Amino acid sequence: MSVQTLVIGVGNPARGDDGAGRAVARRLGEQALLGVRVVETEGDATSVLSLMEGAQAVYLIDACVSGACAGEIRRIDVTQADLPQAAYGLSSHRFGLAEAVALAKILQRLPPRCIVYAIEAASFDMGAPLSTSVGRAVDAVVEALSSELKKEA
Amino acid sequence: MTRKTIKVDLLARVEGEGALKVVLHDGKVQSAELNIFEPPRFFEAFLRDRHFTETPDIVARICGICPVAYQMSGVHALENLLGVTVGGPLRDLRRLLYCGEWIESHTLHVYMLHAPDFLGYDGGVQMARDHAEAVTRGLQLKKVGNEILQLLGGREIHPINVRVGGFHRAPRKRELAPLAERLKWAREAAIETARWVATFDFPERERDYTFVTLKHPSEYPFNEGRIVSNRGLDIEAADYDAHFEETHVAHSTALHSHFRDGGGSYLTGPLARFSLAFDQLSPLAQEIAREIGLGRECRNPYRSIMVRAVEILYACDEALRVIEDYEEPDRSFVAVEARAGVGYAATEAPRGLLYHRYHIDDAGTITDAQIVPPTSQNQACLEEDLVDFVGSFLDLPDEALRHRCEQTVRNYDPCISCATHFLRLEMDRA
Repeated sequence: MSVQTLVIGVGNPARGDDGAGRAVARRLGEQALLGVRVVETEGDATSVLSLMEGAQAVYLIDACVSGACAGEIRRIDVTQADLPQAAYGLSSHRFGLAEAVALAKILQRLPPRCIVYAIEAASFDMGAPLSTSVGRAVDAVVEALSSELKKEA
Repeated sequence: MTRKTIKVDLLARVEGEGALKVVLHDGKVQSAELNIFEPPRFFEAFLRDRHFTETPDIVARICGICPVAYQMSGVHALENLLGVTVGGPLRDLRRLLYCGEWIESHTLHVYMLHAPDFLGYDGGVQMARDHAEAVTRGLQLKKVGNEILQLLGGREIHPINVRVGGFHRAPRKRELAPLAERLKWAREAAIETARWVATFDFPERERDYTFVTLKHPSEYPFNEGRIVSNRGLDIEAADYDAHFEETHVAHSTALHSHFRDGGGSYLTGPLARFSLAFDQLSPLAQEIAREIGLGRECRNPYRSIMVRAVEILYACDEALRVIEDYEEPDRSFVAVEARAGVGYAATEAPRGLLYHRYHIDDAGTITDAQIVPPTSQNQACLEEDLVDFVGSFLDLPDEALRHRCEQTVRNYDPCISCATHFLRLEMDRA
């Protein structure tokens, strides 16, 4: 059965704010929204690509570093715009989300709807919890994404 | 005399954190130093005071790309300690799991990390614009490796189904059938991969390496065998420490492995396996190796991409053999009981020999662990490649020379995970 709507939380929960995307995914998973599959991944580009295969709508949530204030949230429709590569894809092997999206576009495998929620991180300390501002951003993204998904359904 | 420094603040296609510094003086390479951080050292401490049965789940976390290698070396070392032999279908399933990892890891390196060097792109994404068909093939091929890990390991990354003595659950025969169909496609894709990489231009550089690999009388090396070299070494894993040592070097937090008593560096991984175990490759892998112009041995590290392609093909063949022969075992594991002792094992990670040693007490608690990853073993050899080769590339413009240095590092597919990965390359021309 092909998945219609997919939420992918990207990051490494053992590296402080890098776990933001997965925290969002976990919380959304608990809501058990009808027709929505929620997965967590460390963000290797090839895994993200293969997860997206066949989905009609994909929402990717990841931490980013762009110089903005910690906890700032950006919603990017990647079917319309490119991701600024330097700021995204903090996967452990630096071949992550930005590359996955770029590759999907080049290979014409981007789902018809593909939205990235990016949360500006404050720290990537080993074993640290989410920073306060990023924790708040996680709450906000869960709320925003949840209502976006319900509207879509 | 002018002094020039070339820096790269971020190198995307090496899996590790560190810096490379090449010092050139009067047209000669004075020194080459690769500094990479090495998280596996912490894992040896994490393992202490844990029960031995926790080992596969802990060591799987050392690497997201080659967790199976860590699990396999770990469980074999412990089974060596406990006097347990795992045979029959369970042993074959371990080979199958290793096939999955080789397919996945090698394919990622061939297509996304190394091929861009030969075709003149900054990375796999840029390469995909002009080579969409090849990249798509690579992604699909890697996925087949992932599917093996998913089925046998319980998930694609950091598998959870491996235990000392076997598996928590053995697959049903019917579960493996769809995998066989995928592997038949993968085998063809692997042949295409080998033919594709053979069209690349390779710098004609060779070194007289001391190759070190596992050697088994009838199998291409994965899980079992003696540790041998092309210079007469032929030992059990238990004797590893008597022949090899890890030393600290001032420029790196990573340890460097050498032969003891000043015996020098050595090379593990695809070139060593291929050169010392060519006869154990499947007939098809041997045939394709010959067709693409590899001899029975390969001493050109730039051609390691061709050898990896042949090893992907072998892994597909071997996986199909295991699936065809598979009979469901009565139990998914051999029972093990704690007893005090020390155990040793080495297996073949995609990047090379991976050695583990464990001490446990009567209660089964680990009191000491040693893990020597392939990248640590290859690092001295890698630096020697740079010293030997870079001098012959000095007519290249700075940008191309820097690129050639990076390519020389990537020949090794060095892998140190668990870090945010910056590689700064600094080159002094004096």
